[in-house]
Amino acid sequence: MERPTWAPDDVNAQRPSVARVYDYYLGGSHNFAVDREFAEEVMRAAPDARMAAQQNRAFLRRAVRYLCDLGIRQFIDLGSGIPTVGNVHEVAQAVDPTAKVVYVDLDPVAYAHSRAILVRNPHATVVRADLRRPAEVLGDPLLRSHIDFDRPVGLLMVAVLHFVPDEEHPADIVAGYAAALAPGSHVVVSHAATDELDEGKDRALNLYRRSSTSVVLRTAEEVAALFGPLTLVEPGVVSLSRWRPDTSDEAGPAETPGLAAVARRD
Amino acid sequence: MPGVTKKRARPPRGLGDAKPAAEGATVSAPRPDQAGRIPPGPAARRPGARQLAKAWAQAIAGTSFVSMGRRELESFLTDLAEQLVATAAVETFDPEVGYKVGAALVDAHFTQPASLDHTLRTLNEHLGGTVGSARGQALQGALAAGFAQALRDRTLVEQEEIRAAAMLAHSEAEAARWASEARFQAVFAGAVIGIVIADIEGQVIDVNQTTCDMLGYTQEEFRELTVNEFIHPEDAPGIWDAYRELTRGEREHIRLEKPYYRKDGTAVWTDLAVSLIRDQDGQPQYVVTMVEDITERHHLQTRLRHQALHDPLTQLPNRTLFFERLGQILEDAGEDARVGICYLDVDGFKMINDTLGHDMGDYLLLAVARKLHSSVCGPGQLVARTGGDEFVVLVERSAGPEQLVDIAEAALAAVRAPVQLGGHEITVSASVGVVERAAHTTSATELMKAADTTLHWAKRDGKNRWALFDADRHAREVTKFELSASLPAALERREFLVEYQPLVRLEDETVMGVEALVRWRHPTLGLLGPDRFIELSEETGLIVPLGQWVLGEACRQAAAWQRQYPQVDLVTSVNLAVRQVQDPNIVAAVNAILEETGLDPSSLQLELTESAVMGSPGQPLQTLHALADLGVRIAIDDFGTGYSNLAYLRSLPVHSLKLAGSFVAGLRPPDSPDPVDKEIVATLIKLAHTLHLTVTAEGVETSEQAARLRALGCDTAQGWHYAMPGSPDQVVALLKAAAREPSPAAG
Repeated sequence: MERPTWAPDDVNAQRPSVARVYDYYLGGSHNFAVDREFAEEVMRAAPDARMAAQQNRAFLRRAVRYLCDLGIRQFIDLGSGIPTVGNVHEVAQAVDPTAKVVYVDLDPVAYAHSRAILVRNPHATVVRADLRRPAEVLGDPLLRSHIDFDRPVGLLMVAVLHFVPDEEHPADIVAGYAAALAPGSHVVVSHAATDELDEGKDRALNLYRRSSTSVVLRTAEEVAALFGPLTLVEPGVVSLSRWRPDTSDEAGPAETPGLAAVARRD
Repeated sequence: MPGVTKKRARPPRGLGDAKPAAEGATVSAPRPDQAGRIPPGPAARRPGARQLAKAWAQAIAGTSFVSMGRRELESFLTDLAEQLVATAAVETFDPEVGYKVGAALVDAHFTQPASLDHTLRTLNEHLGGTVGSARGQALQGALAAGFAQALRDRTLVEQEEIRAAAMLAHSEAEAARWASEARFQAVFAGAVIGIVIADIEGQVIDVNQTTCDMLGYTQEEFRELTVNEFIHPEDAPGIWDAYRELTRGEREHIRLEKPYYRKDGTAVWTDLAVSLIRDQDGQPQYVVTMVEDITERHHLQTRLRHQALHDPLTQLPNRTLFFERLGQILEDAGEDARVGICYLDVDGFKMINDTLGHDMGDYLLLAVARKLHSSVCGPGQLVARTGGDEFVVLVERSAGPEQLVDIAEAALAAVRAPVQLGGHEITVSASVGVVERAAHTTSATELMKAADTTLHWAKRDGKNRWALFDADRHAREVTKFELSASLPAALERREFLVEYQPLVRLEDETVMGVEALVRWRHPTLGLLGPDRFIELSEETGLIVPLGQWVLGEACRQAAAWQRQYPQVDLVTSVNLAVRQVQDPNIVAAVNAILEETGLDPSSLQLELTESAVMGSPGQPLQTLHALADLGVRIAIDDFGTGYSNLAYLRSLPVHSLKLAGSFVAGLRPPDSPDPVDKEIVATLIKLAHTLHLTVTAEGVETSEQAARLRALGCDTAQGWHYAMPGSPDQVVALLKAAAREPSPAAG
């Protein structure tokens, strides 16, 4: 991240990308052989990786719907990746076709792909930026042309904060965004959890470490701490599938591999 | 389908556009499809369809990721189930419905094989009874075909999309890279500062135009060079070690000033910032050097330093540089290293300056500087101008005093050579103080102090010569100086005393008088004779109060004796120094003492030297007459050592001559006295008697001398032969003896 802003990032199809691996887990074909090989390797170490991705995506859908029910009509999706099935603008604009959505991602391929998808959508756009720099993200003119910061915003940090190590102060990053949001805004977080760390997951983490992005697992307390002074909405920090499931049987098995929470700026 | 943006352009699906129901999961009003059929709405849902949908949802939930909750999923599947159940029931069976349902599943993102598998099993179980097996198989086959076709289409589209996105991202990155490259090239080419990029082996890879202009090589020529070819003899020590540390990755930057040869051989001084560039793994990869031309600044600094350390007139090193170098030599000196200096001063330079003018003075100094530079300057020998007309030769590794003396003589000889000055040929001389000693025993300050002292000796000894520092002489002079400095306090503390030496009438060897002689009872040096301090007191002027004190003391003593032994006729002789005689108050002072002590003036004899009496006409002569008029006797001391004007002597109010001890010494040898001395003494006595003067011989040490002087007609004598100078008590003893036996003359 120290390189000057004008230095081009590598666009390297020979290295797996977090965004494309995620797409593969969701059953998409927005990925390359290298991504699929990587994803399969992770799954050999951590067989629930695909389920985690799917539950995470389902949580995203429920959270966006929840915020729509609260009347929120603008969303910022930080670290959005490849906006494939069940993406934010589809969910939100199903409720209100004029709902505003801004995707933010640094991955040049994800960014290019998002732009292609959204080219005809007047209410959704994508910004290429580093979510670890709130000031830069929030100062982006394209983002500001879509978002009215005087009104509540749904800020989504879904499956991204576990890519931010403690040295980079993830809580400060969250606070940096929260400070800019109007009261009534909500911050949505899902996060890889340590609860059931076993040898297999450890190997999976090592795989991510070898790729360009390494993963930091956090406990429920640590995830709660990321929100700072924001008020967690019910049910607090819980397993992905336990966060406001649509039906009781949707909760699925108890040992779900990630944590989820939504908090409100009062 | 209100509110849902249609985002993908699906390829045509063969048999008409079977609008998938996936995106219509929340649809509320049925619409006709292209075939004109109206799908059954929720209100008309068949009970079989609902059961099928429930079982179906149970079977495929979780097989693929779809963006639907369970209720939405069931609703979605109910629509599809309705179509399937309906088509199974109608007369004209249309397997295309199965095809569309398969496609709808994929559209809802049931993309996993398990989804199809579970779907087919569920349909088989639920529809197996209601439709004929041939129909059921056809329907399942169509569904599988629709699913496969849609999945294939979807996969191809998504692959195409992601590939297009990757290509776009790549081309954007390329464009950004190109732009940044172009920016870098612009900076590189346009920079006013020189930039050189070399690899770790030192091979020059690229240079910018500024560097080329600075050093006079073309870029092509530069690329043939390695950094080693830029080594310069004036490179600061250690810089190449630092460079190697940099290339080994042990340091990141070097900042230094360094000279380069231009291609044409001229020198360029540069300020360099050398930086190490590492590759992604942190290994040293390139060395980038920023080069700034500071030649002018360097020349200015060099000039300023030269100015600070050199004399502007002669361009010789100045005092600062001399002391800098001397300090360095002394600091670096080994155990037995020796160092020497010749401190040279032009004789009478002030007079030359005053008479010929300062311009001529400067020319002369310049000439002297050149002579010294060409005669005694060389490796290990620094010639500096330390001030006005003072020069110094510093010999860094002295071989001994002889070498320094040789250098001093060479310098003196060089200075003595005539100089053409404003059309005149003039000759000057110089004096040199030479100091040579072991380097580790001395300091710069000590050395220069000693040189200053020694130069002073050479001047005092007559100029146009060298003097070598002599520790003993220096110690004596220091003592002398200390004595001189303590004289006034000694007078106040009454550390002086007077002793008396008898004057004996040769005719009958009776005592006719005493000479008062001053002594100094020094607190640490003991009793000092007049030879140790009279000259000093004359130099400092203290002789006037000291002489006055001696005169008063002697007169008081003589008056006491006179009162005590009135029958003894005793003359007390007191020396008057030249400066006392010159003192305008001397007559009044003598008169006052006579009055104060009550001494008979005729009992007082004042001894003056020839120079005091006859040095110059005028005041001394008047003083002499005035003193004689007081009634005191006047004696000329050390007669025969000065240049007496014998004709003039006749007219002086003088009563006695005292012969210098040197003449008297010639009469001392027992068997054969020096005939010349004997003749001189005889002549002087005859002369004195002709002028009606009495004669006293000093320094009589033997009876032979006494006998010979008596034979020559000398009147009186003093010396060890008769008595040493002694205390007043010893004089009293003589007086007592004389009082008991009146002199034969008196008798």
